[in-house]
Amino acid sequence: MNLPPDDHAGPQVPARGAGNPGTKARRHEGTKGRTESQVPARRTGLLAFSLLTATWLAALLFALPLLWIAISSTRSADQALEAGLSVLPAALAVSGMVISSAVIAYGFSRVQWRGRDAVFAIVLGTMMIPFPALMAPQYLLFKKLGWIGTFLPLWLPAWFGGAFSIFLLRQFFRTLPRELDEAARLDGCSHVGIFLRIILPLSRPVLATVALLHFVYTWNDYLGPLVFLNHQRQYTLALGLQMYQSQHGGTPWNLVMAATVLTIAPVAAMFLAAQKAFVEGVATQGVKE
Amino acid sequence: MTTERRSTGPRRHNPDSLTTGVLWISPWILGFVCFLAVPIGLSVYYSFTDYSLLDPPEFVGWDNFRALMHDALFWRAIRNTAFYAAVTVPGGLVLSLALALLLTPRTRTARFARAAVFLPTLVPPVAIAMGWMWLFNPRQGLINAVLRSLGFDGPDWLGDARWAMWAMVLMTMWGVGGAVVIYLAAIQDVPRSLYEAAELDGASRARRAWHVTLPMISPAILFNVVVGLIGSLQMFALPQIMTRGGPDFATYMYTQHVYANAFIFGRMGYASAAAWIQILIIAGLTVTVLGASRRLVFSRGA
Repeated sequence: MNLPPDDHAGPQVPARGAGNPGTKARRHEGTKGRTESQVPARRTGLLAFSLLTATWLAALLFALPLLWIAISSTRSADQALEAGLSVLPAALAVSGMVISSAVIAYGFSRVQWRGRDAVFAIVLGTMMIPFPALMAPQYLLFKKLGWIGTFLPLWLPAWFGGAFSIFLLRQFFRTLPRELDEAARLDGCSHVGIFLRIILPLSRPVLATVALLHFVYTWNDYLGPLVFLNHQRQYTLALGLQMYQSQHGGTPWNLVMAATVLTIAPVAAMFLAAQKAFVEGVATQGVKE
Repeated sequence: MTTERRSTGPRRHNPDSLTTGVLWISPWILGFVCFLAVPIGLSVYYSFTDYSLLDPPEFVGWDNFRALMHDALFWRAIRNTAFYAAVTVPGGLVLSLALALLLTPRTRTARFARAAVFLPTLVPPVAIAMGWMWLFNPRQGLINAVLRSLGFDGPDWLGDARWAMWAMVLMTMWGVGGAVVIYLAAIQDVPRSLYEAAELDGASRARRAWHVTLPMISPAILFNVVVGLIGSLQMFALPQIMTRGGPDFATYMYTQHVYANAFIFGRMGYASAAAWIQILIIAGLTVTVLGASRRLVFSRGA
């Protein structure tokens, strides 16, 4: 896999505008000379990460009203409110997946411990377990916990990492030179410090790829909401779409197609904005080591 | 990992303790236990019980598995799923390879076509289903309109038991873009020098593709075949939304049988047994494919 940790990657495009203050600050600090660069290094790392988060948040906040209007145009006010709220579980699922998978992938790539690669083989093995085989026992488990009919089953498990995201991040972390860790360690940096100040800032493109791919997965998921939600009012867009078909007997195809376009629009927009991130994320699967 | 460290020189820093490592991956361990290991363990137990959700599970031994053997719908679902996999896995392989070879050039058109081929893989299954129901519409749909203009009388795709499965196959072929992207990446990794050597030996374009490209990307082919096989044996959303498995159970897939028993008839024990048969079939076929591929797949020996 060859994700360059530079500014050419697709997902950086929306970040570029907001990234300007950051680059300016870095350039300014650079003039002070190398000896003083300890503190800025820590700041730029955290700064870059929070700037990226802020940029995504801003984009989301600005896009949300438009999406809302579009959704409202085809639904009643009540339904629009709920459709709008269903963006929240998706956001929780994506942030949980990125944060937890990054931590886990660090443990599988930059921390040396016995049995690591054997455990990682198990992680890869879990990708083979078909969801249909899990849905009945998971349903029963969530029922016991009282989660059925809530959004919890759709986002909480994401906070424990996902095999594919862990794999993708681990592959990238492994390509970063080990000398970086060693230099930071000599400067008294702990694993947490290395992770936050060195690995994460260098991994922005692949973090964005993981976020995009998991958003698409969450947005498109059909079987999960179908099994774990039991009330039509909570249905996610992907699930609610099919209700047009059964509710209106004669199937108003123009309405159905309008709703279909709405369901595809966010994903298509993301793809156009970050084509490279998507394509590289998918392509990495085929070149496992 | 050890080889990697050795290659950077004799300088070795102390490995971290097991505790540090386990601490870093502890979220995964928690999730694995709660959302995978425990449900899987429970489902093994449930598959040997009569469990209707209302009453507590009651142990019945192999009864569920015996009942499945006499379940006509179970066999129908197996036959349908086997047919679907047998058509879409080889069909998808040929189509995605052909597309990848076609779209390798770095021209503007090829770049546009690559995006167009990949985009459908991002579309939610429900949107695919709704869109294609409209395309398959016998009177107003695009497909039959094209056929009519060519002088053919198109079938009622989703309403005719002879055609509904082929409609599913056609839609699956439309979603082949993920495999194409993987092949494109693999093709780019083939060393130029191999093509130059083959050209010097007077190999034609077709022979270079067959004797250089294909062997060099065979690991990617294996990956896509395995992923495609696993995916096709779990096919669910499209027939569930578009035909409810009909007409006359012509598109009734195995996962629909598991789903219907678990969540419509509330027979959790029976559904768990059916799910376990699915896991065993998928695992068995995957191991078979991986075993058979050992001679066929080229490894760079790195």
